[in-house]
Amino acid sequence: MNLTVNGEAHVVDGVATLGELLRVMNVSTKNLAVEINEKMLKPEQYETTPINDGDRIELVRFVGGG
Amino acid sequence: MIAVRLNERLLELPEGTTLAQLRAQEMPDADVAIRNGHPANDEDVLADGDCITLIQRGRTPSADELEALLVARHTPGVHEKMKTATVGVAGLGGLGSAVAIALARVGVGQLVLVDFDVVEPSNLNRQQYFIDQLGLPKVEALSQTLQRINPYVTLETKQLRLDENNAQATFAGCDVVVECFDDAEAKAMLARTLAPHLPVVAASGVAGDEPADQIRTRKVAYNLYVVGDQTSAVEPGRGLMAPRVGVAAHHQANAVLRLLLGKEPV
Repeated sequence: MNLTVNGEAHVVDGVATLGELLRVMNVSTKNLAVEINEKMLKPEQYETTPINDGDRIELVRFVGGG
Repeated sequence: MIAVRLNERLLELPEGTTLAQLRAQEMPDADVAIRNGHPANDEDVLADGDCITLIQRGRTPSADELEALLVARHTPGVHEKMKTATVGVAGLGGLGSAVAIALARVGVGQLVLVDFDVVEPSNLNRQQYFIDQLGLPKVEALSQTLQRINPYVTLETKQLRLDENNAQATFAGCDVVVECFDDAEAKAMLARTLAPHLPVVAASGVAGDEPADQIRTRKVAYNLYVVGDQTSAVEPGRGLMAPRVGVAAHHQANAVLRLLLGKEPV
């Protein structure tokens, strides 16, 4: 499966949901905003959101301070 | 006849008119006169094209006068778009207090200011508050300051803690919301909650003393812009200081300005 994650091409196999993808990529869900194909997701949707070939995924990590 | 601008209003005057005559005619109570950017004398004879500012200390200009004065310094066409805009500021700390001041100065007509906190002494290292405001709710302290800058900005203040359940309703009617929180999870929450509905200008990575040029504005998702270096978290050994936080705040304010003008921030 070909994905674009933060603008970079990734080839991933054996992954059905966003939750699985985040674990495979070793991405913590802490302080994270996730968008798939320009649709922002809620954290409770991660485990049930399917990942499909060609998806464009943005992982936005926030750090503290302001 | 000569044409001069008095407080940005165009006037036609007979040749040979002195500053004293202009003052007597237009604003006899004015204490200070400025001609073409410099203090002027009563006996100065005005010339065609002069730009005169008469100031009466302690008097608040009318809404029309102040508008004319601000418009004169702005890029043409900016003011009308700012005046009708409504911008939300989520968090009034180092980022939010500076963002709100920049937006008031550029003439944004309506600001929705949200913060649950009060002004503490430790805030003064970077936040736009004053010693005599210690202990005041930040929404109240910042409103005072904004009123001193531009009394014609409409302020809506809400002293509350934003979460995924109240954020959308709190900023209903806003054209853009600026995320100015300190806490990383709160930042992510606001981006997730609001970006599906309206443009959000967030900040991430503004602490420390790394080069200011590492602060950048990026479009990271649909309706979501993030200002910062994206890595410099506040943590033991890396504090939040006025220069870098101020750079980031003004990146945010400029991104808002561009969005309101219909331009992409990046």
